[in-house]
Amino acid sequence: MASARTPVVAGWFTSGDGDFRLLGTRCRGCGAVYFPREDTYCRAPGCASEELAEVALSRRGRVWSYTDGRYRPPAPYPSDPAAEWEPYTLIAVELAAERMVVLGQGAPGVTVADLAVGMEVEVVPGVLDGGAEEGGASWATWNWRPVPGQARS
Amino acid sequence: MTGDVAVAGAGMHPWGKWGRSFVEYGTKAARAALADAGLDWTAIQSVVGANTVRCGYPGQVAGATFARALGWQGARVTSVYAACASGARAIDTARAQILSGMVDTVLVVGADAAPKGFFAPSGGDRPDDPDWLRFRVLGATNPAYFALWARRRMAVYGDTPEDFAAVKVKNAAAGAANRHARYRSPVTAEQVAASPVVADPLRLLDICATSDGAAALVLSSVDFARRHGVADPVRIRAVSSVSPRHPRTALDLPDIATDSAAGPGPVPDAFRPSIARAAYEEAGIGPEDLSLAEVYDLSTALELEWYEDLGLCAAGEGAGLLREGATALGGRVPVNPSGGLASFGEAVPAQAIAQVCELVQQLRGRAGDRQVAGARVGITANQGLFGHGSSVIAVR
Repeated sequence: MASARTPVVAGWFTSGDGDFRLLGTRCRGCGAVYFPREDTYCRAPGCASEELAEVALSRRGRVWSYTDGRYRPPAPYPSDPAAEWEPYTLIAVELAAERMVVLGQGAPGVTVADLAVGMEVEVVPGVLDGGAEEGGASWATWNWRPVPGQARS
Repeated sequence: MTGDVAVAGAGMHPWGKWGRSFVEYGTKAARAALADAGLDWTAIQSVVGANTVRCGYPGQVAGATFARALGWQGARVTSVYAACASGARAIDTARAQILSGMVDTVLVVGADAAPKGFFAPSGGDRPDDPDWLRFRVLGATNPAYFALWARRRMAVYGDTPEDFAAVKVKNAAAGAANRHARYRSPVTAEQVAASPVVADPLRLLDICATSDGAAALVLSSVDFARRHGVADPVRIRAVSSVSPRHPRTALDLPDIATDSAAGPGPVPDAFRPSIARAAYEEAGIGPEDLSLAEVYDLSTALELEWYEDLGLCAAGEGAGLLREGATALGGRVPVNPSGGLASFGEAVPAQAIAQVCELVQQLRGRAGDRQVAGARVGITANQGLFGHGSSVIAVR
């Protein structure tokens, strides 16, 4: 159960079994949105605000681009070098309300053949499995998954 | 206009996987540049080194490391780092020292000894470092970002994997004639298509390797060059070192997300086109004046992106420019006549200096089988991780 795992980074997404969302922050001064979150100051050049509030990002977006990793990435990616490498997809998703693009791994079983630019996807809980080097631990993360019922055009 | 500095000498150590120290490569390139300039090392008043983060402490004080290896003679030393743009920052620093009147002669050196395989972040547990986080959370290697941009071009502009392969074929043909290149064999489209997929849609031969190599320049004031009998030296007329403007809406490594454009105020122009634009403005020229360009082809698809960012064609027309042969040797504006990163593989702090070395040889008319006929104006372009733009314009 993903919710029982330690998040790979604290504070980037909701915990628990309810509505799963990525968490960013919004500047109270100028309204700029940040993911990964900025908690101490706004990075807009004309804004001196240091007040930022947590905000849940849109659950759904559209595929901006996608790829996959056919070879094992180097550390610190959590992966057991003794295990056979299983390629995963990497999906860049455009969120309309936030007007930003957020990367994430595709959900297990999603391949590049299942994806197309412009396709609607939603954020779902995911798991990063560490290898023996990390004591067999695993971490909670986020994944993007095509919204069911779409044909790949 | 800022004012010109003269290129008195240029030198390189061949690219490859030599298994020796970056200090050796850099020192040999420096000696080659000094010999090319006809200057004794003791005539150099300042050394600017482009740092390498992978070669330990000496790599992070590169200016001093090379000055020591060449023999301490009291010159000022400076070391700069700007990721892939480090070499251009070293040139920019040298130029500022000369134009301010601080010194007449500067040696610029960049060298690297690269590990095999994917570049990886620095070690340790560093969750406040975006470069560490993208590997930790996503396993997002550099080729993964190159592949995201390539797929986006395919979807938006209709580029094909065959277009990308044609970039490799073009650059390999040029690199085969360059004695400093690591890969000196022609490559066919079939060979690209038969190479393994690394990050869909990019294959091994679409992605630049990581290499050992070194490049060096001796820069001087134009007056110094004249006093030493060089009436018509290659001159550096512009060095762009701009950074992005917020919000950055183009996904770029090492970021996990773009900035949001939902805040108030206009969204600024994209970063990459702003790099060359600043160089053009400083030099008082435009893309129509170029004889050639050296661009950072980390991937084949990225070279097409640079055509558009340099203003050689409109957005989305890069593949068309390639298909008509405009950017090949003999074309209207050859791009990467050196063979590019496709033929060299990246030696990070040396690469932007090597780009300028190619401009120098071309503008002197000494590029042999790679010569661009009548070359008068050349531009380089690259971009370093974390918002480092770099572009150099040289003229003769």
